[in-house]
Amino acid sequence: MATDYALLKKGGFMRQKQKNNFSLRLRVVGGNISAKQLAKIAEVAEKYGDGHVHLTSRQSVEIPFIKLDQIDEVKNALAEGDVEPGVCGPRVRTITACQGAAICPSGCIDTYALAKELDDRYFAKELPHKFKFGITGCRNNCLKSEENDVGIKGGIRVKPIPESCIKCGLCIKVCREGALVMEDEKIVLDTEKCNYCGRCVKSCPTDAYEQTQGYVVSFGGLFGNKINQGKEVVDFIDDHNTLLRVCDAAVEFFKNNANAGERFKFTIDRIGRDKFEEVIKEAIKNE
Amino acid sequence: MSELELDGIKIDEEVDITDVVCPVTFVKAKVALEELDDGQVLSVHLNDGEPVLNVPRSIKEEGHQILKLIDNGDGTYNLLVKKVEE
Repeated sequence: MATDYALLKKGGFMRQKQKNNFSLRLRVVGGNISAKQLAKIAEVAEKYGDGHVHLTSRQSVEIPFIKLDQIDEVKNALAEGDVEPGVCGPRVRTITACQGAAICPSGCIDTYALAKELDDRYFAKELPHKFKFGITGCRNNCLKSEENDVGIKGGIRVKPIPESCIKCGLCIKVCREGALVMEDEKIVLDTEKCNYCGRCVKSCPTDAYEQTQGYVVSFGGLFGNKINQGKEVVDFIDDHNTLLRVCDAAVEFFKNNANAGERFKFTIDRIGRDKFEEVIKEAIKNE
Repeated sequence: MSELELDGIKIDEEVDITDVVCPVTFVKAKVALEELDDGQVLSVHLNDGEPVLNVPRSIKEEGHQILKLIDNGDGTYNLLVKKVEE
């Protein structure tokens, strides 16, 4: 029987230059792997590969030099360590994330929790072409959200609380957008200038800000043969369920409109940016 | 114990971090705080720019209470920090 390479690729096995050798991509969510998983990966790489693994550019792990006739055995061995194969090809790929608010002092959102949620919702979903989600916790953008088909960046919308303010002026100093000024001994925020970075809140000695966690979402990013920075449709999405509706709408728009082998950016361009924006704005409205 | 007072707040100890650069700025302030008892106040003398943008935030993240930031008008500040034990 002829080898079904498309099926193997779907299951994370990528054909190597070396005949009958495959590089096995593993399922990783948000860049986190447990020690137990790591130990099993090491064991499998020693036993079935050539003793090394490759870290991909999108936070996955690949075990090269897996032999075609040992694929099932390898899958079973990995399963003992809670490790699953990943995917390649035209479907939703690894959901990437920085460490986010659970670990990083700069984080504005819990990126890992969101990555797990999006992984449950979309991972390996069949689509006309590859589709990448990336989640970064804050404006520092360590995870480069705009290079993904859907990029999610954590942010904080703020409102000064004058009664708690000790007028130290630190927030004004740390704001890189010039969005804060002191007027009549009171902090005044220019919401037009604010980019939701949250630096004011993080520096404030007395937490004199009302805070709303939220998301800055970009669409149509890619960073391969063609390069495009994903663009936002709205400034800020301040609610988790709204974010999920927006993600659903973006994936559905791609599924319903894309030609085979066409990345999201080019679908948006071909169908019309205005039509796409309508779909996203409608998803935001429909509570 | 010094008898110093700044802006009506009694200071128990002072530390000057204008002579060091990041990350030693925060380390020096942290070490000075470790010498204090719970509730005592440290005055940190620090430079404008990177130190004033980062050191207060790091001290806040360590769980201490920032009482005041005084602009000395000469490119330096005094940050008054109340020690909070874990």
